[in-house]
Amino acid sequence: MDEKNEIKIISLADFFPAVLAMKDKGWRLAQICAVSVEQGYELSYSFCEDSSYRMVTLRLEIDENQEVASITHIYPCAFIQENEAAELFGVNISHIKPDYHGTLYRIDKSAPFKKKE
Amino acid sequence: MKKVSKSPWLLHYDASSCNGCDIEVLDCLTPRYDIERFGIINTGDPFQADILLITGGVNSQTESVVQQLYSQMPDPKVVIAVGICACTGGVFKECYNIKGGIDTVIPVDVYVPGCAARPEAIIDGVLEGLKVLDEKQAEMEKQKGGKRNG
Amino acid sequence: MAKRSIIPFGPQHPVLPEPVHLDLILEDETVVEAVPSIGFVHRGLETLVKKRDYKQYVYIAERVCGICSCGHGLGYCQAVEEVMGIEIPDRAKYLRTIWMEMSRIHSHLLWLGLLADAMGFESLFMESWRMREKILDLFDKTTGGRIIHSINQIGGVQKDMTTPMLLDILHVIEDLTAELKPIVETFLHDYTVQSRLKDVGILSREDAVTMGAVGPMLRASGEPYDARLLGYAAYKDLSMEPIISTGCDSYARCEVRLKELFQSFELIREAIGKIPNGPVNVPVKGNPSGEYFLRIEQPRGEAIYYVKGNGTKFLDRFRLRTPTTSNIPPMAEMLKGCQLADVPLLILTIDPCISCTER
Repeated sequence: MDEKNEIKIISLADFFPAVLAMKDKGWRLAQICAVSVEQGYELSYSFCEDSSYRMVTLRLEIDENQEVASITHIYPCAFIQENEAAELFGVNISHIKPDYHGTLYRIDKSAPFKKKE
Repeated sequence: MKKVSKSPWLLHYDASSCNGCDIEVLDCLTPRYDIERFGIINTGDPFQADILLITGGVNSQTESVVQQLYSQMPDPKVVIAVGICACTGGVFKECYNIKGGIDTVIPVDVYVPGCAARPEAIIDGVLEGLKVLDEKQAEMEKQKGGKRNG
Repeated sequence: MAKRSIIPFGPQHPVLPEPVHLDLILEDETVVEAVPSIGFVHRGLETLVKKRDYKQYVYIAERVCGICSCGHGLGYCQAVEEVMGIEIPDRAKYLRTIWMEMSRIHSHLLWLGLLADAMGFESLFMESWRMREKILDLFDKTTGGRIIHSINQIGGVQKDMTTPMLLDILHVIEDLTAELKPIVETFLHDYTVQSRLKDVGILSREDAVTMGAVGPMLRASGEPYDARLLGYAAYKDLSMEPIISTGCDSYARCEVRLKELFQSFELIREAIGKIPNGPVNVPVKGNPSGEYFLRIEQPRGEAIYYVKGNGTKFLDRFRLRTPTTSNIPPMAEMLKGCQLADVPLLILTIDPCISCTER
């Protein structure tokens, strides 16, 4: 990765202060991506600063059943991508507003992107 | 006796297409191809439609919609599957949310393959569908006539 | 007290060829809240990376959407190239830029047509789509496909453009520049169009940023962000300024897209003038290992491609965040307070592409 595009691994404890700081600085939420890995999930939250074209990705590494609180109270626009991660990957995200409870895509299978044992 | 075929009205439905074929279907209505010159109209009402034009493979959500649209159309009716996804599932066949072609849900009369199906092919398909429509109508009239006589 | 009612909008609606559903909560005729629900064209394309190797997946990535296909191919290839550290030949970069800008022109003309159709301005719809055919003909001539081009490959592009082809493109954009004038005049100054678009669907600059709007939506609210300025492909050699408008309404969005058409013409002219000779692709060996977040500017806005490779020929994960995914929350925001009759038009002003969004 280059200077305009970096990934920062961050702990769950530091995560919310970091997101709040992004919001205060006026950064735009660019994307949320979940990846199934061996021991659970990687969640990547990318933020863009429009004037300098920088993108910073905050990376959370969580266990399979670990609960992550939603960031929709800070960035309301996160709801679609958080619902998507919860529905397709089975990530345990709490307090999404509005929470579709697995009815965003209304697919037959549950969590098709989750790593099969 | 040779009859003049009617101008069919189309009902277009996007089952789970990538937009490519939908745009080409819409393209058929615009000045370059202009299927309205055959009197063909794109309607939004299944009760007035003769031909059901479907793009994209069927997924779990659109399955019931396709069935409902088909059942709402009056007889005789023709189903045209536009694009390879509607014919067989195409590149999306192995996706977990794709059931396969339209013929897994309702009977299909004309298949128009292509990714995306070109407007010329779609028009050809519609005209082919028109022949099927005529045959079905003749069949219906024969059955009706048979009943009346019998 | 005003009476509350809920009106379901969609999934099948005459103004949209694609299915999307909204629950509109109304107080009399005014929308109080709009709750979007999607999923009618969800296929699960991202899981196919497990079944197709990373070179074959280019074709799947292109078929995410039939309108933005060129951009999706480009974004995916570029992300894989970043991961593998492949430097593609300069001529391929220019060719990608030319095709990408052509795809922007066709997408914007398509949108202008649909907007006119939503207003009931049929002749304008037909005119826009008639012009779009010329661009599709160019695609047909240069790539072999009208909608799905399959022109990008990892390590460059599949085919070269001959000089007559490049000259053809110049001729067509010259014709279009002249032919577009009356259309632009109508879109910007016609009374009917103005009364439908002006001051409808206001999205302030602040809201646009916090709600995560991208592309023409963001620029029509006055934020000069255009991912092309990151300088991928040949954009670093071309001169361009993001086109912005400070109107923040539907009219501003229309204006931005109209001006972007002319910007694309200029970019193509400049790129054709500067295009170097040489090969158009490099051989690719090995498998991708590593990850990358890549941003490109699609016609509808910034799209993000994430690729994670594990050293085998099958990728671990491919993720695509499309412009419409980002534009739906600001759309729901700007629907608040508008009239029910304006809803179809407002949905259209974000240039929704549902099959991109749901993949």
